[in-house]
Amino acid sequence: MADTLMELGARPATGALLQAAGLSKRFGGLQVLSDVEFSLRPGEAVGIVGPNGAGKTTFLSVLVGAHAPSTGSIRFAGEDITALPAPERCRRGLVRTHQIPRPFSGMTIFENVLTAAANGGGLNGAAAGERALAALEASGMLSLSNRKAETLGLLDRKRLELARALATGPSVLLLDEIGGGLTDAEADELVAIIRRVRSRGVAIIWIEHIVHVLLQVAERLICMDGGRIIADGAPEAVMRHPAVIKAYLGGGVQ
Amino acid sequence: MTPTGASPIAVSALDARSITRWTLASRIAVAVALPLVVAIAFGPAYLSANVIDKLTTLFIYILLAVTWNALAGYGGLISIGQQGFFGLGAYATVRLADAGLTPYPALFVGAGLIALFAYLISFPMLRLRNGELGIGLWVLAELMHLIVNLDSLVQGETGTSLIALNAFSIEARRAYTYWAALGAVAGLIILLFILLRGPVGTAIQAIRDNEEAAASVGVRVKSTRRLIFVVASLGAALAGALWLASATTFQPKAYFGVQWTAYMIFMVLVGGLGTFEGAIVGAVIFFLIEAWFGAFGVWYLIGLGTTALVFALFVPKGLWGLISSKFDLQLLPLGYRVALPSLGRSNR
Repeated sequence: MADTLMELGARPATGALLQAAGLSKRFGGLQVLSDVEFSLRPGEAVGIVGPNGAGKTTFLSVLVGAHAPSTGSIRFAGEDITALPAPERCRRGLVRTHQIPRPFSGMTIFENVLTAAANGGGLNGAAAGERALAALEASGMLSLSNRKAETLGLLDRKRLELARALATGPSVLLLDEIGGGLTDAEADELVAIIRRVRSRGVAIIWIEHIVHVLLQVAERLICMDGGRIIADGAPEAVMRHPAVIKAYLGGGVQ
Repeated sequence: MTPTGASPIAVSALDARSITRWTLASRIAVAVALPLVVAIAFGPAYLSANVIDKLTTLFIYILLAVTWNALAGYGGLISIGQQGFFGLGAYATVRLADAGLTPYPALFVGAGLIALFAYLISFPMLRLRNGELGIGLWVLAELMHLIVNLDSLVQGETGTSLIALNAFSIEARRAYTYWAALGAVAGLIILLFILLRGPVGTAIQAIRDNEEAAASVGVRVKSTRRLIFVVASLGAALAGALWLASATTFQPKAYFGVQWTAYMIFMVLVGGLGTFEGAIVGAVIFFLIEAWFGAFGVWYLIGLGTTALVFALFVPKGLWGLISSKFDLQLLPLGYRVALPSLGRSNR
């Protein structure tokens, strides 16, 4: 198992791997992100929490290029990627999973993951096939390889999201509520997989409502509210931060 | 459900040889198809003139079906405007022949020029989505129809004919058109098979199933779509040029009519949308229905419509989809199967 994960590991890097400066996003009259400053070291694991509508998913979408920011810039591995489309960012090592899984339902599980290895991973032929198998094994999905993706249940759909992302050979893995809707046992299984990925040096940004699950992986916690980062630091300190308590219990911030 | 850990079985799973693509049935199918194509190629030597003409028509139908299937079934780009490229392919041939090019090379050069046109027009057109794209391409086809009508060589709806074909005897003309159609359909099938079996195939299907997810795993959505669109338009243009060579007359209304796309949809729907073999099966079925019932006029059209409706409602995967899932049969496999020691062979 450990060996198969080797090639899913990160590229060596120093300094900040991913950096966002003055990031804002507005949809029409709705300001979803306001002046977000963020930086991530190679191999770091950051959890993001915050009430619904805080802008967490939008932040992730802007980082990977699914949405263009209204203002601000993003640097990745020393390069300004603000204008780069999503596929190119993925090919550089920045990959996400989706909160609501988006399988390629007409294809088999293996073909789903192979597509990621061949495109985001930039591999061809046998190398792409091996990478896909390694990612499937790392996500515990190898035995489902020949199943059509449309036949999967929720847990397996989430694992497929993860397997596809891993097959691209990321250096930063962005997880959007991958543990949501799962039982405790299922969530534990997922945590174990993500910890193994992390132990190979892949940096992780993980949005999750279930904080105790998140903290099994994250060493740093960010709390967002109203499109802003209201706290950033060690998990215990962030959870005790008055603004965080107010966001969760006080309400009415937006 | 859970992986087998660090056991030797799991390690051997990483052997690339455990990914299989060809099956016994598909090997036999290809082994039979190749000599069959060679035998068909010698058709003019032993088949009657009527059969040669009929087969030429069948080749053109297959060409239309496989390219529309690549576009809609694999690419998810439902075009109802392929008749535009069909008509332009014929028109380009008329123009090139008028400029002095020998008719048979003109068919292919003309279709190539229309593929280039399709590449250029794809930049604005492929910004459209789903139904917008389908209707947009239809509008484009109507526009091309009107523009071609303005050409004094075409003389409006009166049309013109490929006069340069008179340089050939009727027998030679029949054989050349037959070979050109056979070459075009075989070439396009091989091209599409190689494309759809390779990285482009998984990429385009991923885009069809979920565009944003495809982009998020590194699939270059625009260029992949463009490639499939251009190849499909090349197929339609070739079919139009070949239709001109067999009919000799060019009346814009007969070429730019939406019925061509209706036929493509019928063939692909009945044969099996998104299955490579299905499009070919659908073309053969359409060809047979037309040969047997074409003389019944309106009732023939009503029959076609009813058949399409019945298939859409009750056999959504088409005839080939039904057969291949029932018998687990694939003759021209595009997909992948992972064979693992720890898995049963019939694991699907």
